[in-house]
Amino acid sequence: MGAHGGNYINCEKGLWSWLTTIDHKRIALMYFIAIMFFFLVGGLFAILLRLELFTPEPLFMDGDMYNRAMTLHGSIMVFMVIIPGVPALLGNFALPLMIGAKDVAFPKINLASWYCLMIGAIIAFLSLFWGGVDTGWTFYTPYSSKSADAVAMVVFGAFVMGFSSILTGLNFIVTIHKLRAPGMTMMRLPLFVWSLYATAIIQVIATPVLGITLLLLTVERVFGVGIFDPAMGGDPVLFQHFFWFYSHPAVYIMIIPAMGIISEIIATFSQKTIFGYKAIAFSSLGIAAVSFIVWGHHMFVSGQSVLAGSIFSVLTMLVGVPTAIKLFNWVATMYKGRVKLDTPMLYAINFLSLFTIGGLTGLFLAAFNIDVHLHDTYFVVAHFHYVMLGGALMGFFGGLFYWFPKMTGKMYNEMLGRVTALMTFVGFNVTFIPQFIMGSQGMPRRYHTYDGVFTPYHVTSTIGSWILAGGFILAIYLLTRAFFKGEACTEKNPWGGTTLEWTVDSPPIHENFTEIPTVTGRPYEYR
Amino acid sequence: MSTASYDKKEQAAHHFKDLNQQHDAGKEGVWLFMATEIMMFGGLFVGYFIYRFMFPDTYMAGGDSLNWYLGAFNTLVLLLSSFTMAQAVTETMKGNNQKAYKLIVVTTLCAFAFMVVKYFEYTAKIDHGLFPGFDMWNAQSAIEYANNHLRSDAGFTLALPAAGETLGAGQVDGSSLKLFFVLYFCMTGLHGLHITIGIGLMFWLMKRLKNNEFGPKYYTAVEGVGLYWHIVDVIWIFLFPLMYLI
Repeated sequence: MGAHGGNYINCEKGLWSWLTTIDHKRIALMYFIAIMFFFLVGGLFAILLRLELFTPEPLFMDGDMYNRAMTLHGSIMVFMVIIPGVPALLGNFALPLMIGAKDVAFPKINLASWYCLMIGAIIAFLSLFWGGVDTGWTFYTPYSSKSADAVAMVVFGAFVMGFSSILTGLNFIVTIHKLRAPGMTMMRLPLFVWSLYATAIIQVIATPVLGITLLLLTVERVFGVGIFDPAMGGDPVLFQHFFWFYSHPAVYIMIIPAMGIISEIIATFSQKTIFGYKAIAFSSLGIAAVSFIVWGHHMFVSGQSVLAGSIFSVLTMLVGVPTAIKLFNWVATMYKGRVKLDTPMLYAINFLSLFTIGGLTGLFLAAFNIDVHLHDTYFVVAHFHYVMLGGALMGFFGGLFYWFPKMTGKMYNEMLGRVTALMTFVGFNVTFIPQFIMGSQGMPRRYHTYDGVFTPYHVTSTIGSWILAGGFILAIYLLTRAFFKGEACTEKNPWGGTTLEWTVDSPPIHENFTEIPTVTGRPYEYR
Repeated sequence: MSTASYDKKEQAAHHFKDLNQQHDAGKEGVWLFMATEIMMFGGLFVGYFIYRFMFPDTYMAGGDSLNWYLGAFNTLVLLLSSFTMAQAVTETMKGNNQKAYKLIVVTTLCAFAFMVVKYFEYTAKIDHGLFPGFDMWNAQSAIEYANNHLRSDAGFTLALPAAGETLGAGQVDGSSLKLFFVLYFCMTGLHGLHITIGIGLMFWLMKRLKNNEFGPKYYTAVEGVGLYWHIVDVIWIFLFPLMYLI
């Protein structure tokens, strides 16, 4: 602890010191390892699904296997990769550094959240030995009350992982409220911190509702009662209401922190004061607020009244307003800036273009009458992959490349880093643009065979998925290699950032700051 | 009183500036946790209201078959325990660890009394085939039990028509009675689980109070458990009328 020349990685040794650590930076590294593993497993299932769809006839999977692989891909990517990805990994590392704190407010609870994620994930993975789950990641009743036994396990696993999310959110809110350095007023917070704050509010308020929903579903399965089963007088649509009351805000748990990363990267790599600081900060809160009143747009065709559908339709379009505010501010920041196209910035540009497409197609789907035509087609699949993969994951990888030198004190191969950004961009579009087209022509989602007329689109999409996978695998390889064999980067501020984490050593010492800094102005004051 | 062990707690944890900041952070953490509790029970209450709206008669019959004397007794017990808990927090803030200790003991006894009453209520329901799960539900005996306890001016009775049979005059389809008891056991069960966790927390406090660990500058643990205990109490204040009275 605090020995000369020591940093948080080498200040203690041994596996036990890692498994019992309460240092937020070490916990972030443990999330790093876990989430990368989950990402590779979830990605493997995606590749297998796309491969199966190479031909209209079954290639190597039967229908049941396809459904199980699809469910695993969705559940892993949502609950184990994207939701914990940015807040629990990058947020954990950067938040205390950015506000000038020695740690998060509750370090032990922080460690407990990591264990919640691990235990939940193990429970969910164990379901594989009970025959797998074929309900899709949404676990819709009444099918999920009747299908394979393993449903109860995956659902309970997701329940436990929910605690990880709740505790992280709770920790972050208190940290931001109470642990800011002297002079760090709310209006001087870095924008990534603002986005984590908005995210944490959603995590704390929405996740318990998912918790009780999944608990009721588990009770339904284990006790053999019918809470959501119409055969026993229960209401399956109630499950959908409960589920989307959480899961719609949850997509903002996934995207808002990625937006925060983009704000950091764009300001740093444009070397220019961020345009519209307040607008960006408050639009995060705006998105969080609106997120709670739009869940009905998932249920336009579930027997919801036309009036309710119309109201949800209009409310959903409201999300476009704060989102567009952010996009315009980012572009305005880049305008006449000294833009440096390093790897993080390339990922940020990927985000800007892909997320814009994802957001605009979201407006198509928000329009009640258009959605009746497009729902449950590949158009929806393409839309949310543009938002979740093109948005959240591109932001996540941008953030990984951005903070990697700070986290590890090592530098990756910049040239290859740029190649990964390009490969993922090209691969992503080749994969998902055909899905927009075939979706609008009526190709339904979640089917493992299809009509021959869609073959060219599916083949293109599958080829694209290989390029995309190659890009991500290369990116992970690059970071892993840099961690073990990379060139040392002891420079405190390799990118010319203005936030507090760039004032400390790379990698930081155990308690972050030798002396808690006093903040005298806003971040991003370049010129 | 001895202040020896209290002095040891004069130091804030390593990442806090001082005890004041530590206290504020801890307290806000508990409040946020309370918010998650309300959202979680909120989901159950929404489910309750929707099914009550869908099946008003069976829900009335289900409520009538609960023993409201026992429910009212438990309400009083919990109110008393909340009072002693609040007193315990006040005494801890004054540094009277031993007085607070006694108050926590009374609170714990109340919690045990609540759970004992709950035990007798649950076993009575299970004996009459009113437990909805593990194939212990006995539809015929449940309907009979509910009809026997129905208020005299209800104006209907529950019945279970076989396939093809129609309901007689003044009869209401009672198949959704099971849905009432699912929610009854889920909601009071989850609440009971919180009481049990509360008992565990009380024992933790007793141990620490006995060691004189708290004082005017360091009492967050007692205050936090106090907040938790009050929210558990408040949830019961809503459960009692919704389940037993209306």
